[in-house]
Amino acid sequence: MSSYSITEPSRGMKWTAGLLVVAYALITLLPLLWIMATGFKSTNDAIAYPPKVFFEPTLEGYVNLFTIQNRASAEQLAENPATTWYDRIVQDKGMVISGPSRFGEMFMNSVIIGFGSTFLSVVLGTLAAYAFSRFRVPLKDDLMFFILSTRMMPPIAVAIPIFLMFRAVGLSDTHAGMILLYTAVNLSLAVWLLKGFIDEIPREYEEAALIDGYTRFQAFVKVVLPQAATGIASTAIFCLIFAWNEYAFAVLLTSGNAQTAPPFIPTIIGNTGRDWPAVAAGATIFLVPVMVFTILLRKHLLRGITFGAVRK
Amino acid sequence: MAEIVIENIRKEFGAFTAVQSSSFRIEDGEFFMLLGPSGCGKTTTLRMIAGLELPTSGQIYIDGEEVGRKPASQRDIAFVFQMFALYPHMNVRRNISYPLVSQGMPRALIREKVAEVARILGIEDILDRPVGGLSGGDRQRVALGRAIVRNPKCFLMDEPLGALDAEFRERMAEELRALHDRMGATTVYVTHDQLEAMQMGDKIVVMNHGVVEQFGVPQDLYDWPATMFVAQFLGSPPMNFLRFDGQFAPGSASITLGDAVIEVPPQREGAQGALALGVRPEHVRLDDSAALRGHVIAAEYLGTTQIVTLSTPQGEVKARIPASRLVRPGQTTGLAFDARTLTLFDVAGGRALRSAANERVLADG
Ligand SMILES: Nc1ncnc2c1ncn2[C@@H]1O[C@H](COP(=O)(O)OP(=O)(O)O)[C@@H](O)[C@H]1O
Ligand SMILES: [Mg+2]
Repeated sequence: MSSYSITEPSRGMKWTAGLLVVAYALITLLPLLWIMATGFKSTNDAIAYPPKVFFEPTLEGYVNLFTIQNRASAEQLAENPATTWYDRIVQDKGMVISGPSRFGEMFMNSVIIGFGSTFLSVVLGTLAAYAFSRFRVPLKDDLMFFILSTRMMPPIAVAIPIFLMFRAVGLSDTHAGMILLYTAVNLSLAVWLLKGFIDEIPREYEEAALIDGYTRFQAFVKVVLPQAATGIASTAIFCLIFAWNEYAFAVLLTSGNAQTAPPFIPTIIGNTGRDWPAVAAGATIFLVPVMVFTILLRKHLLRGITFGAVRK
Repeated sequence: MAEIVIENIRKEFGAFTAVQSSSFRIEDGEFFMLLGPSGCGKTTTLRMIAGLELPTSGQIYIDGEEVGRKPASQRDIAFVFQMFALYPHMNVRRNISYPLVSQGMPRALIREKVAEVARILGIEDILDRPVGGLSGGDRQRVALGRAIVRNPKCFLMDEPLGALDAEFRERMAEELRALHDRMGATTVYVTHDQLEAMQMGDKIVVMNHGVVEQFGVPQDLYDWPATMFVAQFLGSPPMNFLRFDGQFAPGSASITLGDAVIEVPPQREGAQGALALGVRPEHVRLDDSAALRGHVIAAEYLGTTQIVTLSTPQGEVKARIPASRLVRPGQTTGLAFDARTLTLFDVAGGRALRSAANERVLADG
């Protein structure tokens, strides 16, 4: 491989590019790693100055995250000797666990609302995109532009009307309300992304299925959907990331029943304002589903995020 | 087995008319060619027969039943797409069995049928391969397999050889024709290649700008074109036109080109104005004594024959003559025609004038 090539980068170029990528990855990953590390620190280590890179790991942050604790007198502690590892961690601080915290509930709310709105956005988006791609829809271009235009202002600009409407129809602080809201915000993106993908699937495949004796719907399910898998997967990731991370509407429209994790996590810090390890533990757990979902769908993602810029 | 009748079929896309009032008839078991230049509406016509496109007006009969508004899935036809359209997420076997699965045929029977089709097409060894990596010829065979496995009433093929390279086309064309002869199913075949149409077709319909120009057996179309378009589209080099202004009455059997009097088949209709005498290159003889004079511009050697280009007062003429005859550019010679093979055209309408020779062909085309 000593010959000169105009398409193949040289060894030096490859090394430089590789180093740049690694450096970039480190810079972006560093805050994430810091948060993960903080989750395993003690409260004092977490706020130590200068910051501690090496520390003795503890699960205190995680225990604090999932439990409610009360200060206990020495007699109380003597009466209820610690039976489990987490009791022991708590009792070492002179506290007892009085019950589970609400983090689990809020986390489940995030899962229900995030995945629910993603599912709804992708299903509705795929059907709409298919129709726009294949049928002669009157005023097609105007409708597509209208759909896109709903994305042109930041959604939070309409927060107050939505707040009032939600209150009027009883959607405030409900799962259904949040799923609807996030679906409404995501749908325009979903329709546009998916239309691009479906446009690229030659019609002949469906037509072949129609001729082979299948109905239009069967052709859609059996021929178009498998081919659109890449587009659907990447659209789903975009929708999930938005719904999962959304903070402003969640603060405004939810309080107890349907509150998602983002507005809840900051409240973990406690009235002393010192419990950073518990906050970091919550943030770490919060990151996991999106990471798992993205890793599961990653083989579709690379082709997906180029938006059809690369032809098969 | 099916007979297909197309009556006054018309297709508009918005303000654009892709097919204008076409009629023709495809007999049971025929290998029927839909021929015309790119964009003339062949695919649209075929898609209307298939049920993938609704005609704006007109009727389509398959075996006597009007099917113009019936969905494709109920017409019992098979379609071979230009780019084959094999289902990319399925392997060869599943592609071929897919039409049978929709009929709810039992698994064992499907296996048997697919095996039989694979044997006919010689693709037994690739049945379990994904379609992605197949060569053009194999894709073509799989597409055919998917079409024949169902034993449909008829096959519709849209330029099925268009995606193959030249040497392979010839072989696939033969295979296709042999397959048709063996199965005897009505086949409608779209092509823009006049040679392919003449080699393979039992009958040809020639279309241009969405209009049926002529329809009939290849020989009739070649010998007795109904329009100047057909005359030029078929044959290579195409028919020569010697343009002249003149007039004659019904029954006349000669015309005058400058000083030369040329015998033609007895005419059935009179004409006047801008006319053209159509003559195939192989019917032009170089004869020094002939009254119509031409000046040799070029001679193109083709092995057994040569194509000689001559300039005449009526325009350029190409003659196909034996290669043994010595012709030099610059030379002047006479041109003689075989009177029985000539056709006169009305230039304004681009239409052939009826004569004793072509009236039979023009009457049913
Ligand atoms: N769905 C469509 N919408 C608008 N115009 C079309 C459509 N399909 C075909 N056409 C037009 O109709 C004409 C005939 O097309 P087609 O039947 O595909 O021609 P051919 O197969 O003979 O090349 C072309 O000019 C083409 O642009
Ligand atoms: Mg075509």
